[in-house]
Amino acid sequence: MASRKNVFSIILKVFVYLAMGVTVLSLAGILSYILVNGVKTFKWSLIFGKFSSQNPSMSFAIVTTCVTIFLTLLMAAPLSVFCAVYLTEYAKRGSKIVRYVRLATETLAGIPSIVFGLFGAIFFGTVLGFGYSILTGCFTVAIMLLPVIIRQTEEAIKAVPDLYREGSYGLGASKLRTVFKIVVPSAAPGIVSAIILSMGRIIGETAALIFTLGSVAQLPGSLLDSSRTLAVHMYIATRDGGAAGREVAFLTGTVLVFIIFLMNVAASYIGGKVGKDFEN
Amino acid sequence: MKEKIAEYFFLICSLISIGAVALICFFIFRGAYPAVQTVGLWPFLTGGLWKPTDIPPLFGIFNMIVGSVYVTAGACLIGVPVGVFTAVYMAKYCPQKIYAGMSQLVSLLAGIPSIIYGFFGMMLIVPFIADNFSGNGNSVLAASIVLGVMVLPTIIKVSEVSLKAVPKTYYEGALALGATKEQSIFFVLIPAAKSGILTGIVLGIGRAIGETMAVVMVAGNANILPETIFKSVRTLTANIVLEMGYASGTHFDAIVATGAVLFVFILLLNLVLGVINKGSKTAGT
Repeated sequence: MASRKNVFSIILKVFVYLAMGVTVLSLAGILSYILVNGVKTFKWSLIFGKFSSQNPSMSFAIVTTCVTIFLTLLMAAPLSVFCAVYLTEYAKRGSKIVRYVRLATETLAGIPSIVFGLFGAIFFGTVLGFGYSILTGCFTVAIMLLPVIIRQTEEAIKAVPDLYREGSYGLGASKLRTVFKIVVPSAAPGIVSAIILSMGRIIGETAALIFTLGSVAQLPGSLLDSSRTLAVHMYIATRDGGAAGREVAFLTGTVLVFIIFLMNVAASYIGGKVGKDFEN
Repeated sequence: MKEKIAEYFFLICSLISIGAVALICFFIFRGAYPAVQTVGLWPFLTGGLWKPTDIPPLFGIFNMIVGSVYVTAGACLIGVPVGVFTAVYMAKYCPQKIYAGMSQLVSLLAGIPSIIYGFFGMMLIVPFIADNFSGNGNSVLAASIVLGVMVLPTIIKVSEVSLKAVPKTYYEGALALGATKEQSIFFVLIPAAKSGILTGIVLGIGRAIGETMAVVMVAGNANILPETIFKSVRTLTANIVLEMGYASGTHFDAIVATGAVLFVFILLLNLVLGVINKGSKTAGT
């Protein structure tokens, strides 16, 4: 009996290690494939050169991506932080509003990006009349980010010890002052890491942007112009570009992976400080 | 006074996510209504023919519903065992030294844009299937593999957290009774963490069924009922992204209706999540 028990345990253990191996290898495989081929096709002109049919450079897409990130965060970040402040600091525990807001954010978190894209194209694009434009894309993605930032900001604010608040009240500070001078600054690393991660979401988003921000290959002249972010540029290049398009896709993919990697490291470095600050 | 104004201002900010959900529901379902009215709900859901340019046009999304279910099931077959076992590794086997690296790796897997998964699948997995099996490689199998990897981080993270939330005494008690490490994990720890693991799996299903770009690039997108896993398949999401750019009139409404069906699937999954979480609360864990 003892040996049978051991055999079974060993089999399970093998499966555990096997699964871990599959996870690590699939990530390593994807990253190395993209990076190696990206380096092979590397050309400065494809990154910073002027876009033309001979040189399908990504320079304009980099500009559009930066503008999109900035504008989307400008809409989503303050809203989400205020919402998290209300849920954690103002609302009574278990109140109806908290329950409904939580239900709404959970629903938003589950909606596929293509449905956001549909909604954005109909509502911001057609009903509000922004058409295919940076503005339409930013509004759409801003809604997608609400649940991401709200949830993580809530966690960060909840981790601030009550002692801080009581100390502040004890010194005669008002609630508003306590929230903005004590609670939010103490939770800042968590909030910043949430914002960095949501920048990653914006950069990687394709399905919600392709029919809102559109896919015109041009440097946008205004916020009402259509353009492409890097991810959309990669999709269009793969779909329409043939062999040359694949080279562009490899290089764009490499740039995307590189940015996402930096953001993940930054987010976990900054976010990792949260817990440590409160330990002493 | 200032305090009151601030409180109401924060309240209004909180209500925006409720407003967003309401707007999305309203515009998606209102946009879908004309198509459903013209075609009829039942023919729309159970029709196998999607010929938007025919006269009269035909709009039936049955094959795509089945297609979405197939690739999602395939993704689960791959992603659930690998994900749950990896979560066990993270929670109970991973040496302290490499733990930070491993969890960084899982976050990176979650952060990689779906377009890159799709591109990888298109360049490597599709040709591999074409060379070794029948067909041209764009298939249910290719989509399932790509999605299976994509749902891993969701399943791993949620399962790991719930495995770690099980009181230590359960695990130590099992060990003390003479069970091996594996027996303690698989017969005590996992059953105790089951509602969390199920939550992870349902979230993974949601991600798989809603994924668009990665699937479009590897699934072939032919509107057929695939008889084998090597045949092409079109999902609900693919139908939207492929045709939305040029659709107009009833065709566009039918695309929105496809989105509405997808939305209903997601709402049902959310309902399932609610039931799982409620069950775990009444069980008193």
